[in-house]
Amino acid sequence: MALIDLNRREIHCKIVYYGPGRCGKTTNLFYIYNAISEKYRGKLLTIETRGERTLFFDLLPINLGKIHGLDIRIQLYTIPGQSHYRATRKLVLKGVDGIVFVADSLRKRREKNIESLLDLRNNLKEYNLNLEEIPLVFQYNKRDLVSANIPLLTIEELENDLNRELKAPYFEAAAIKGIGVFDTLKEISKRTVKYVARKYVFSQAQAKAEGGII
Amino acid sequence: MGTMVVTAEKVKELQRVLDSQLLAIGVSLAILIDEAGNVIVAAGNENGVDTTSLAALAAANFGATAQIAKLLGEEDFSILYHKGKRDNIHFTKIGMDFILVTIFTDEIPLGLVRLRVNQVAHELLNLLTEND
Repeated sequence: MALIDLNRREIHCKIVYYGPGRCGKTTNLFYIYNAISEKYRGKLLTIETRGERTLFFDLLPINLGKIHGLDIRIQLYTIPGQSHYRATRKLVLKGVDGIVFVADSLRKRREKNIESLLDLRNNLKEYNLNLEEIPLVFQYNKRDLVSANIPLLTIEELENDLNRELKAPYFEAAAIKGIGVFDTLKEISKRTVKYVARKYVFSQAQAKAEGGII
Repeated sequence: MGTMVVTAEKVKELQRVLDSQLLAIGVSLAILIDEAGNVIVAAGNENGVDTTSLAALAAANFGATAQIAKLLGEEDFSILYHKGKRDNIHFTKIGMDFILVTIFTDEIPLGLVRLRVNQVAHELLNLLTEND
């Protein structure tokens, strides 16, 4: 649930990085955290197991500057990718406004990507949301491994497996080196803010709201 | 779940309730959050407390214990309480979508906090759900 705070003139949106275990969701957040100045980011919160796997979620609040006089504050969350954490993933999705699906380009992870996308679809359904409607961006991660001679899925294969019908924007990335990280973030932020603003204007048209302007 | 809009007037009213009912009995910090982990309004002394992280963790904590509740055949646990050496924290569900987080020292009796929180829950819910 996005929050529009007209008192402090802020819009708060929640973007969740989804995807199978070890695909690089937390790596995206770490890169963003290290690359932006303190002025524009809050504390990075991580809840992980000893094996450095995300146990519950990571959270990074960032500030994107002003749109129409309102400060855009975005909370980036990741989910635990391992399949047995389904209940936790559902919790993190509560109130989500935008999704980045990070897919693992490793050929042997093909099934895991497909499984994770299906899991996302099912979890959203429980909140009466669907993938066709909510802002969504794909990130095909680990593209740098092509030079290491590791068998990767081609972009066409990834597109065909995951994005054939959704036709969401996608970015090739090597999150560990920062390649594609900010392209992904920029696109999903833009789409999410637009989506939230549109929903707000729509709800405002339905019920009389006081003092709100976008 | 749509977009929630809080106006300056609404924040003022919510803050007044938190001030007059909770801070007045010595509660150090009262934060009203939604279940997605957004801070709607905070009142009291934020000294050194990262309210953004606190809100995200509080919402997650509530969600996780609701799952435990379901395992026991309960819908959820509407009150959570954690005791520390100096500070204590109390979480109460307000309606379906909101959580009131109260932080207080050992000098304030838990019973008094619970009583006041119960009393304000209804008022807060009305303010949060009424149409402007």
